[in-house]
Amino acid sequence: MLTAHSPFELDAAAQGRAAAELHLLSRAVGADEREAHFVVPEIHCAGCIARIERALKQLPDVTEARVNLTTKRVRLRWRAPASPPVIETLQRLGFSAHVHDAPPAADDATRGELVRALAVAGFAAMNIMLLSVSIWAGAEAPVRALFHWISAAIALPAILYSGRVFFRSAWASLRHGRTNMDVPIAVGVITAFGLSLYETITHGPHAYFDATVTLLFFLLIGRTLDHLMRERARTAVEGLLRLEARSATHVAPDGAHAPIAVDDIAPGMTLMIAPGERIPVNAEIVSGNSDVDLSLVTGESTPEPAQPGGVLWAGALNLSAVLLVRATATARASFLADMARMMEAAESGRSQYRRIADRAARLYAPVVHLAAFLTLIAWWAASGDPHKAITIAIAVLIITCPCALGLAVPMVHVAAARWLFAQGVMLKDGGALERLAETDSVVFDKTGTLTLAAPQASMVAGADPSALLCAAALGARSLHPYARAIARLTEGAPMAFECVREEPGAGIEGMLEGACYRLGRPAWTQMSADAPADEDAVLLTRDGEICARFVITHTLRPGAAEAVAALKGAGFQIEIVSGDHARPVTALASALGVPHAARITPAGKVAHIARRTEEGRKVLMVGDGLNDAPALMAAHASIAPASAADVGRNAADFVFLRPSLMAVPEAVLTARRAATLVRQNMALAVLYNLIAVPIAIAGQVTPLIAAIAMSGSSVIVVANAMRIGRSASP
Amino acid sequence: MSDFFFLIPIALGLGLIGLGAFLWALKDRQYDDLDGAAARILMDDDAPDDDGVR
Repeated sequence: MLTAHSPFELDAAAQGRAAAELHLLSRAVGADEREAHFVVPEIHCAGCIARIERALKQLPDVTEARVNLTTKRVRLRWRAPASPPVIETLQRLGFSAHVHDAPPAADDATRGELVRALAVAGFAAMNIMLLSVSIWAGAEAPVRALFHWISAAIALPAILYSGRVFFRSAWASLRHGRTNMDVPIAVGVITAFGLSLYETITHGPHAYFDATVTLLFFLLIGRTLDHLMRERARTAVEGLLRLEARSATHVAPDGAHAPIAVDDIAPGMTLMIAPGERIPVNAEIVSGNSDVDLSLVTGESTPEPAQPGGVLWAGALNLSAVLLVRATATARASFLADMARMMEAAESGRSQYRRIADRAARLYAPVVHLAAFLTLIAWWAASGDPHKAITIAIAVLIITCPCALGLAVPMVHVAAARWLFAQGVMLKDGGALERLAETDSVVFDKTGTLTLAAPQASMVAGADPSALLCAAALGARSLHPYARAIARLTEGAPMAFECVREEPGAGIEGMLEGACYRLGRPAWTQMSADAPADEDAVLLTRDGEICARFVITHTLRPGAAEAVAALKGAGFQIEIVSGDHARPVTALASALGVPHAARITPAGKVAHIARRTEEGRKVLMVGDGLNDAPALMAAHASIAPASAADVGRNAADFVFLRPSLMAVPEAVLTARRAATLVRQNMALAVLYNLIAVPIAIAGQVTPLIAAIAMSGSSVIVVANAMRIGRSASP
Repeated sequence: MSDFFFLIPIALGLGLIGLGAFLWALKDRQYDDLDGAAARILMDDDAPDDDGVR
């Protein structure tokens, strides 16, 4: 009835699969060693580090084990042909872990480059500033010339090294016929350096080395913080537990079991799916009776029975018994891959969004360059002195170099991300914050988003307390979400049931003191077909006599009602679009008082969002399932809970880690406040230009004025950005 | 004034030493795990028993 496979066979298969997965995701180091990174989200103290490193180093063939507490990863090296049981060892210590897909080499490189550039720019800025102070204090001409030469010698390598970040981005943008904020920065830095070098050679009084290098330093601070923020959010999201299968157990025609990578599965292959495993590819059931949990795939809250001949979607979770299935598609052509394709299509629509800073740059750069050019013409015509005209025109470029503007946006985003992080909300990048602030309607998924993924059970009053213990003990032996919910009801001593077996689609049965106990559907537990069919009820029976009755409910996520009310209050149009059956969706929607649509396919969700977008709305999608992933991508902005499927978490702009749904209105409010601060900062930067540019055009800017004006405006916008946490706290 | 010019190379040299030390520390991956460095100081490396930290 249950399974033809012994527990030993299952264990061996699982171990073989883990070894294959480890080999697939590790890389060769040196002649005969391999290295892999493991994500262990629960590391949090020195004790964890010591225990993990000690246990892993004791494994045979392991040569190096190093815990990184910041990223919650473990780096492991071992001698090649072996495959140490790392995940099992970690599980024995009480840590859940999985192999990290790819070592983050590329991002490390970007961060390293930014931090090194920042260090060099900081060193150069400080030393040149020291020399400049004595020049401003009134050094004599020969000393001034000497100091200019020293400054030039420091500035040239610093600009070449630290400025690369901006020059590269500006050049890439110009080559495609566009301008971004880096174009005026690069033009300003290069012309200012050129003018200063000319002044130095001709022993002129004014050199702008200090302003140039300080500008680079300030801008690099903003850029580095921005990068670190995104990196931190990405590691935090990756650190959440992975849900999708990376390998499966292949059953060869001769009956031999072998692990196989999901990507290598071909249609027609027979696979064995143990209880608790996810179906790796679309498949047809060959033998076995079980239940499958589709809540992450379609959003259905009730598990479906699975019988021979039935069709399974990739991503479904097998609950009660071993299934033998025949793959009907490769991983690339499976349900998951369909989602990936729809997500790509949806994403191309969103890439049309241009960030505020880039839109500002499109206006800013031509205006500034035109102003400098007109200044040049006017002064040349007025004074007939080309050197003077060029000097003043370049002073205009230096003073308008968008130092404050370059910091205005990233500093607000970094401050907002820090604030959200403290509230348990991860932000993927600053652009998402701008998009979230623009949204005016919300589409909620139901299962796992508005409701908790795990259902809750409650015992109908009037039953014997010992019945609860029996039911909990039986329920603990099953993976079915209803049985798990009943098992959570009590923490009493487990009853020693014998001959426990699970009847897929019906319930679980066990023997205690000579009596047969059954927990499950009413008809099956009462052993009669004419019992009332009440779908939401679960019965515990003893030899067919009812001992206790349980009611299963899908509870609202904490804060769901408050979050919906808060969003309504903020003027949002709210809808529920779910893949679940009409009955539970209607019940929930009427409880919350919002319009709804049930039994919507993933493509249907995307279409729904497209319709709303055509109506001129900017939609915020909140969802968790695989079926929501394309919609999360298609929406103007998107939020997913930490319990979401991997694909959904990666597709969403924001991921909230705490259970409460109040994270959604929190994030929206923070985004709107951030948008206000960005506008204020933009206004401050424009105000600064309105004051400084006329002075520059009048030819009155000296290096001292340039240095003070630039530093002053930068400090003001940074200080304004820091207000986000303050204005948020009530 | 020119008597004090010898201070300039000294100042620059000290700055360069600081910069070099920072770049070396970065390259030596000392900034990769700042939380871990703070926690590891509590670890008792030569503890004879198995649970390591007390």
